[in-house]
Amino acid sequence: MRAAQKVVPGAVVVVTKLSRLLLVLSLLLSCISANAAVLPFERADVLYHSYSGGGITINGPAVLVRKSIGDSVSVSAKHYIDTISSASIDVEVILGASTYEEERVENAFSVDYLTEKTLMSLGFTNSEENDFSADTFSFGISQDMFGDLTTVSMGYAHGSNTIGKTGDPNFSENSQSDNFNLSIAQILTKNLIMSAALDVTTDAGFLNNPYRKVRYVDTPTTFLLENEVYPKTRTSTAIALRTRYFLPYRAALHAEYRLFNDSWGITSNNIELGYTHPFTDNWIAEAHIRTYAQSRASFYKDLFPFSNAQNFLARDKELSTFSNSTIGFGISYEFAKGEGGFIDKASVNLKFDHIQFNYKDFRDATQTSFTPGTEPLYKFSANVMQLFLSVWF
Amino acid sequence: MLYKATLGLLLLLSLSACSLEPWVKPYERANLADPIMSFSQDPLSQGYIHHVYQAREGARGAEGGSGGGCGCN
Repeated sequence: MRAAQKVVPGAVVVVTKLSRLLLVLSLLLSCISANAAVLPFERADVLYHSYSGGGITINGPAVLVRKSIGDSVSVSAKHYIDTISSASIDVEVILGASTYEEERVENAFSVDYLTEKTLMSLGFTNSEENDFSADTFSFGISQDMFGDLTTVSMGYAHGSNTIGKTGDPNFSENSQSDNFNLSIAQILTKNLIMSAALDVTTDAGFLNNPYRKVRYVDTPTTFLLENEVYPKTRTSTAIALRTRYFLPYRAALHAEYRLFNDSWGITSNNIELGYTHPFTDNWIAEAHIRTYAQSRASFYKDLFPFSNAQNFLARDKELSTFSNSTIGFGISYEFAKGEGGFIDKASVNLKFDHIQFNYKDFRDATQTSFTPGTEPLYKFSANVMQLFLSVWF
Repeated sequence: MLYKATLGLLLLLSLSACSLEPWVKPYERANLADPIMSFSQDPLSQGYIHHVYQAREGARGAEGGSGGGCGCN
């Protein structure tokens, strides 16, 4: 160590920091209780999803199967398809009233390993579109402690993306993302549980959409389009608090608050409240409301005063100032419960969400009878439906 | 300084917490073990709805759903 200190002091600092980190972690993990975590339930889900709103229709199937191997290993596999048909406002402004169709296929695999005291997870996800490919590796560790009243989980994920552009075979860009997350779930009373989560994500590389354009004033009555230019890095932090409360007559209330901030200047928060009510032995009804609001990215503008008006340019409505509100319902019917045989339980579920988006500084540029910059503010609503079958075995 | 304070706090916790008596006993966790109290009842459905919001909002992360749990084996 002394020799190393003379040669590469930087390396020693890293080693020292690493050893301190390991010491802190080992102390933290030494507080575990005798009773440890359990493997996730063995189950299979088959889901059909449908989103419709703002000129976009996305639907498709999804399948998730989770199976245990022995007492300490659980594996899962997921297959998910988005079939997208879009004539959204972004496409209309750039291409006119045309529709494009594409498909996204996602496959994910994970392995969970349970030792006496620790649950560790390894995961891999691949997502493929004709112009976008993404690979993500993840690692997580979860631990029950303090008499099983507390569960601490932490994880890391690394994503690597390749971005192409339809119609331009020479276009190829890359981006990477690194994600760190930490969460603590805490039993507070015999009817109340709470969790807190922290998430830090950093991106580097080509982060904008290769098709999307910004608009700038050409003459007082016309505008022109040019490519978006985004910063090459983005770092974001999100914290969330969630709670569930068991009511005296077997029903549950849940609440959630999340605060988000990033290096592009976006600050957002969302609140959700929900109620779950089982009735008879087979039915469970659920209802929830959610509101979300965000401020714009510092380089976002609906209409720039002239070409290349600033270093970074964006007119992505997801980076604008806006809010949305959701009202949602769900109903589940459980059957084949405790009848023996291969299946422990099964359920068929229907969920529906209605979301209303209201933009504060993104205008409907397809309305050509207005002077640029005076068009009505854009708004739209979306309907989200899920129908799925779950089987526990 | 911060490191030493954190280390001291964790040392204290590790000494005390291993013998900590849970104030909600295992036999008092029937309500918490009810599936309607789970933070992640339907992982596939939950993952989908997170994706719906992620694609249309500037925010991302801390969606919850994976990990955690109530410790009610």
